[in-house]
Amino acid sequence: MFLVTPDTGLLVWMVIIFGIVFLILAKYGFPVITRMVEKRSEHIDTSLRLAREAQEKLSALSEEQAALIEKTRKEQEQMLKEASDTREKILAQAREEAREQASMIISKARTEIEAEKQSALRDIRRSVAELSVEVAEKVVRERLSSQEQQIRLAEKLAGEISSSGLRN
Amino acid sequence: MKRAILIFFFALSVVFFAAAVNPPAGHADGSSGQAQSGPADAAEEDIDLPGIIFGHVGDGYEWHIMDLGRGRKVELFLPVIVRSKYTGWHVFSSKRLEEGGYLGFSIAPDGSPHEGKVVQRAPDGSEYRPLDLSVTKNVLSLMMSSLLLLVVILLTARWYRRHDSLKEAPTGIAAFMEPLVMMIHDMARQNIGEDYRRYSPYLIMAFLFILLNNFLGIIPFFPGGANLTGNIACTLVLALFTFVIVNATGTKHYYKEIFAPDVPVFLKPIMPVIEVFSAVMKPVSLTIRLFANMLAGHIQILCVVCIIFIMAKYGPVLTGSMGFVSVAFGIFLDCLEMLISFIQAYVFTMLSSIYIGLARQKS
Repeated sequence: MFLVTPDTGLLVWMVIIFGIVFLILAKYGFPVITRMVEKRSEHIDTSLRLAREAQEKLSALSEEQAALIEKTRKEQEQMLKEASDTREKILAQAREEAREQASMIISKARTEIEAEKQSALRDIRRSVAELSVEVAEKVVRERLSSQEQQIRLAEKLAGEISSSGLRN
Repeated sequence: MKRAILIFFFALSVVFFAAAVNPPAGHADGSSGQAQSGPADAAEEDIDLPGIIFGHVGDGYEWHIMDLGRGRKVELFLPVIVRSKYTGWHVFSSKRLEEGGYLGFSIAPDGSPHEGKVVQRAPDGSEYRPLDLSVTKNVLSLMMSSLLLLVVILLTARWYRRHDSLKEAPTGIAAFMEPLVMMIHDMARQNIGEDYRRYSPYLIMAFLFILLNNFLGIIPFFPGGANLTGNIACTLVLALFTFVIVNATGTKHYYKEIFAPDVPVFLKPIMPVIEVFSAVMKPVSLTIRLFANMLAGHIQILCVVCIIFIMAKYGPVLTGSMGFVSVAFGIFLDCLEMLISFIQAYVFTMLSSIYIGLARQKS
């Protein structure tokens, strides 16, 4: 029976000591600890959240970067293509121009040559004519020492001239 | 670990061998029995099992630390503080009581209604119990454990004051105490709700107090060994603290549920009676649960240890083999008791927090 009968003395001491220790610790002990630990776990939570956000941002950034690289590559390709096109075009144009120029020069040269040829022919013809005239003069002078001879020749020349004039 | 087990079994076998070789003292001759006079003397007369057990689990005016054999013992005599109806306050050492009495105060003999407690002989010759505020074994244990708890928690709090908890992980005592404190703090948050911060210091205090005293109770030598949480006065005070906190901070809804619950009319007069009874039974169950668990654990361990002394008179073989059984069982029960120490502290705290949570419901 004595085990289940609470002792007045122990009851009183228990209330006093437990109460005092509780008051001291409730003021200077537990709240300090729990507040600091809660602060820390809050800090850990926010840190984790921030880290996750940073991670997300980073992955978004790397995606953006990849897109940017892709875009730049395409642009570069485009530019290269355009450059090669331009080059082709310029080359073709140059070729065309050169061809035109050449044909122009050639045709000019041809006309000049033709003109030269004509003038040369004219010169030759003139000088042949002069020569023939001279030769004819001399021949005529020799041959026309007699009257009769002079008349025959004149007739013959006149015939020749008229036939050559018809031919020309 | 393996080595420790080996050493343990080796030591046991040595004890067994020694017990088997030496003839039991008193049976052969007196001189050879001197070396082991303690257990041999105990074996001679019938062992006073209830005396030993209740002496260990009960309270006392002196703290019996150990026996040195041949009747010599180491004891701590504690102050007796009593207030007599006739002569007022008295403070004296309990050594005076052992010597036979002091100013009419003495320890009530077996069979008296105040057996084992200080009584005073009234002028008319009758025995009565004065107001007794003695520092008994349990009170001294209470003082020491409270001081220890105070120092440990204040040191932990000091660590947190002096360090930036955002930059440093707790070390030393703070690292040890933090999980215990935060476990109960989290429990309070789960069970109580929004204003749990008001109640968590009490719950942490109750948990650590019970846990510390439970563990001190298992330690068999001096600073431990007092059976404080196995004493009904201690658990009663703890439960009353819970009861007062629950009912002093109960919400309107809580009181409405008790005195004017929403039930059919024919139940209206009965419900308050049931509810009040249940409110009163809550601290009673807290008291009995903790007290009975701890007391039972202590009695179990003491019984198992006493098997050795009971068996001493049945000869060396039985003593040795039962000694082995007793040590093995003792280790098992000690481990079990450690588990129970924690569970009971946790259960007390959890139920307290649930009761507070129920009383804090708003709708």
